Amino acid sequence: MAAFFTDYIWPLIVMVAQSLLLLVILLIAIAYVLYADRKIWAAVQIRRGPNVVGPWGLFQSFADLLKFVLKEPVIPAGANKGVFLLAPLVSCTLALAAWAVIPVNAGWLISDLNVGVLYIFAISSLMVYGIIMGGWASNSKYPFLAALRSAAQMVSYEVSIGFVIITVLLCAGSLNLSVIVEAQNGKYGLFSWYWLPLFPMFIVFFVSALAETNRPPFDLVEAESELVAGFMVEYGSTPYMLFMLGEYAAITTMCAMGTILFLGGWLSPVPYPPFTWVPGVIWFTLKALFLFFMFAMVKAIVPRYRYDQLMRLGWKVFLPLSLAMVVIVAAVLQFGGLAPK
Amino acid sequence: MIVAAIFFYLFAGVCVASAFMVIAAKNPVHSVLFLILAFVNAAGLFVLLGAEFLAMILIVVYVGAVAVLFLFVVMMLDVDFAELRQGFLQYLPVGAVVGMIFLAELLLVVGGWTIGANVSIAAPIPAMDKVSNTEALGLVLYTKYVFFFQTAGLILLVAMIGAIVLTLQHRVRVRRQDIGEQVARTPATSVELRHVRSGQGLQDSNPQGGAS
Repeated sequence: MAAFFTDYIWPLIVMVAQSLLLLVILLIAIAYVLYADRKIWAAVQIRRGPNVVGPWGLFQSFADLLKFVLKEPVIPAGANKGVFLLAPLVSCTLALAAWAVIPVNAGWLISDLNVGVLYIFAISSLMVYGIIMGGWASNSKYPFLAALRSAAQMVSYEVSIGFVIITVLLCAGSLNLSVIVEAQNGKYGLFSWYWLPLFPMFIVFFVSALAETNRPPFDLVEAESELVAGFMVEYGSTPYMLFMLGEYAAITTMCAMGTILFLGGWLSPVPYPPFTWVPGVIWFTLKALFLFFMFAMVKAIVPRYRYDQLMRLGWKVFLPLSLAMVVIVAAVLQFGGLAPK
Repeated sequence: MIVAAIFFYLFAGVCVASAFMVIAAKNPVHSVLFLILAFVNAAGLFVLLGAEFLAMILIVVYVGAVAVLFLFVVMMLDVDFAELRQGFLQYLPVGAVVGMIFLAELLLVVGGWTIGANVSIAAPIPAMDKVSNTEALGLVLYTKYVFFFQTAGLILLVAMIGAIVLTLQHRVRVRRQDIGEQVARTPATSVELRHVRSGQGLQDSNPQGGAS
């Protein structure tokens, strides 16, 4: 019985505790990321942004949470009830599940998967279901149009993200996220991270990440000028909040992915003391926040794409570019003798 | 091992149940959603077998791309499935016979499965602690089976080109957008400054207006 406890029960308790800790930190981080998004957006438009709840409006996200939770959920009469309620849950759960494999420091992660990159890629390819199900189950025209748009959009940009990830994998020689970060550990500090040798791919990844998370300028899924609010038209209160949470969780995941694949994860930008004394998790957070700041700035300053332009960018610009880069990177690694192992 | 067994029965049970629901569900969209659930549980079974690469690829390709297209099509279809089910009892005997034949064949194949006398039973793949799953797969796929791999790719390419050729039609009178041309426009080619005298208006040789 003691063996049973040490073999199964104790690891289970540890795993649950780790997951809960991660979830709490992540949710608080998302609350402030949401606040930062609104503040940055406001600053660009010379407004104040949220500034009423708490000092400098710091508790705004929590006030919003309370507001959403206390409201009455309304399910439209013609809606497909089960799928209607399942959609926000799928969206939110999947977005949070991706964080299980993201290393914020050497060894600081819940599950050290050998195929970590593929896991995140798989999760992000499943994210589209929350939107399709929500749009279809609402039994309304605008959500349905948004669902069809999003299906096409997210599948298109996944292709180019996939090729971008392949170029990084070719350089790192592993699908394990921790190994990918360690492979970027060079003597030139931030110049040996992959954003520089794979420079066009970093841009392609960033833009595709915007499209994959339905952020402006690619927020055609909820284009309020054409589709009212897209797939979320019929949603209110807690289900709406879950969609919102899922969206921001997906954005933080994409920022973390960009940090790991291109900005050296938890590595210090200058590989000498005193910079290496700073804990890796702080570097990781700073880099992810920098990427998020870029996300927020793009939202503030770039006008929304037209749908055909979006498709053209995905299929006729990014796909050939990233496909060519896979061939070039593979050729350089093979014939330049730079291949890992 | 007990945990692995519990998860095996969980995944296998849900997989079979959802596969049954695919054909039993009244709403075709629900059928596709159950199909997705079956795929995800099959991926879970792959993980239990130690084939984590296959599991992830199954999710990325089948759930993330193929099933999305299924769902896409099924949502757009306006099919009354109650009407389709009208002849259910009529076709049941034929379906049952086909099903029984398949079952019998499968049982014969699986039951008669033996490993040849001069085939070594040694593990065909390297041990899992030495080479990772992905690497082991890549080592055989790109060396021993490279021609099959390339042929499969070629077949898919031919299918794709065939689909494009069948559906692509160049209509002559459709005005298309040429992004390069639009970007190459300069103020000199598109803007014209005119002085308009008051009371006379614009004496334009081009009555349609706009830049020519």
